[in-house]
Amino acid sequence: MSVRLAPVGDTGILAVFEQQISEEIGAQVSALNTAVQGAKIPGAGETVPAFASLLVRYDPLVTDYDQMAQAISRLAEHLPPPDTSAGRLVTIPVCYGGEYGPDLSFVAEHAGLSEKEVIRRHTGREYRIYMLGFLPGFPYLGGLDPALVTPRLQNPRTSIPAGSVGIGGEQTGVYPVESPGGWQLIGRTPLKLFDPERPPLYAAGDRIKFSAITPEQFAALAEKEANP
Amino acid sequence: MSICILDPGPLTIVQDLGRSGSAADGYRSCGAADSYSARLANLLVGNAAGDAVLETTLRGPELRFEIATVFALTGAETPAQLDGQPVPFFAPLFAPAGSVLKIGMAKEGLRSYLAVWGGILVPVVRRSRSTDLACHLGGFQGRRLCKGDVLPVAMPGDSATAWWKTIHRCKADHPLGDAAACTGARLWRWEQNRRLPLLRAVPGPQWEAFTPAGQQTFTHGSYQLTADCNRMACKLQGPVIETVHGSDILSDGIVEGSVQVSSSGQPIVMLADHQTTGGYAKIATVISADLPALAQLRPGQQVAFTLTDPARAVAAARTQAACLKQVADRLAARTTPKFIHAGRLFL
Repeated sequence: MSVRLAPVGDTGILAVFEQQISEEIGAQVSALNTAVQGAKIPGAGETVPAFASLLVRYDPLVTDYDQMAQAISRLAEHLPPPDTSAGRLVTIPVCYGGEYGPDLSFVAEHAGLSEKEVIRRHTGREYRIYMLGFLPGFPYLGGLDPALVTPRLQNPRTSIPAGSVGIGGEQTGVYPVESPGGWQLIGRTPLKLFDPERPPLYAAGDRIKFSAITPEQFAALAEKEANP
Repeated sequence: MSICILDPGPLTIVQDLGRSGSAADGYRSCGAADSYSARLANLLVGNAAGDAVLETTLRGPELRFEIATVFALTGAETPAQLDGQPVPFFAPLFAPAGSVLKIGMAKEGLRSYLAVWGGILVPVVRRSRSTDLACHLGGFQGRRLCKGDVLPVAMPGDSATAWWKTIHRCKADHPLGDAAACTGARLWRWEQNRRLPLLRAVPGPQWEAFTPAGQQTFTHGSYQLTADCNRMACKLQGPVIETVHGSDILSDGIVEGSVQVSSSGQPIVMLADHQTTGGYAKIATVISADLPALAQLRPGQQVAFTLTDPARAVAAARTQAACLKQVADRLAARTTPKFIHAGRLFL
């Protein structure tokens, strides 16, 4: 596997892969992440997988860059072939359109499709989670149907509700917490994606599938999330 | 068993050494911006280096100790008074029950730290008591302190009196005399009769994304901290750093000290509350030993960078940790095992 190592100060090392967003590279990042975590390198700390890189933190009081670089190179050389189907498949229920997805009609119009067809296409794929960032639980997803590509809002909303599912350019994703944002909102999930008290529902390397639910199902699930 | 906030000051928050271990899930680390001062304050009173402390900004709070305790102040020095009597920084101090501590305006530097014996016992969220201001979690109700807030602390007052006697017996009840031990040592560059704070940095993962001229601009220029500086990042203003093909990259993981260069060619140095990933090319990473100095700079101040390598940066981190260990050792010999915190001071 072709990987370049670069120092990140005295507490990190970045393994850099071919700089592209692809299933293949994403699977390589995940494979190295799994290997690093399994290897229990002395002094190694947390890891941060991203589109085409893996950041590995280390404790400079225990180890140093050269030792870490050696250990990671060795792991990178002996990785199993990347498996793009590895990782969990997590289904996120989404209520599309209406008050939950005020921009669904715009996205449909922009695509020259019916709203129903937009929903069919959006729920018809599995999206790879390349990384989490920006906010806790915010997944950067790949694999949006090219027909659904829609420019961001010209004037971003100052506040959009937690759980909103949107399209921003070639990306689709879901906002785990209430935040400002410029994506076209097509639906909302009742799941609490941000809850520091619970283990996260998904991680980088997993895949997300959206499934359409009715407003009644949304209400029932939201109730269940509020009173687990 | 508590501390009552009478006047919070502009920005006073509960911090420990950060929420590490959750970056892959998108959680920011947070933690004390000047982690050296936070560690030092804890060690002066006999705490573990990573216990939760108060971080103040520019001006400190006024607060009342509802029980007797031992406390210490570090970081940016301010005039501080306990029941109207001036008290020094960089020393363990005894506070009787009901006494009022007033931490004034910093003369220089930006952030002061207050450790109390046993630490501030706000709930642990994802293995840390740090306040995440952006995501409203951790710390005291996920927010800055306000007037009337009551902070839980650990130790009963009578044990504080006994503990203070132990500190006295160890002759550890005087201020640290050594400036390097107080601040973790700072570097300077003289430039036209001006003394510029100098930050050591290791070339970053996208060093090659900058032209040789751009690289030289970064290491030879001086940069001013803009008004747009907070716990997330210090945005700097100075000579434009030239890139080869622009500064946009595929987002990758960043750390405290990462120096991103924006599309306008200006450096942005990430601090404790930074997002976990970033999409600008990173020209360098300020070394961990120099982050405390950075966290004490104010908007309007100038700063300069010099390059180093990871081996020297690791050596600097270890030198700084050894400095703290000397402080820890003053009390460690006399304490019960519960209070011995040798070893992993860093992460």
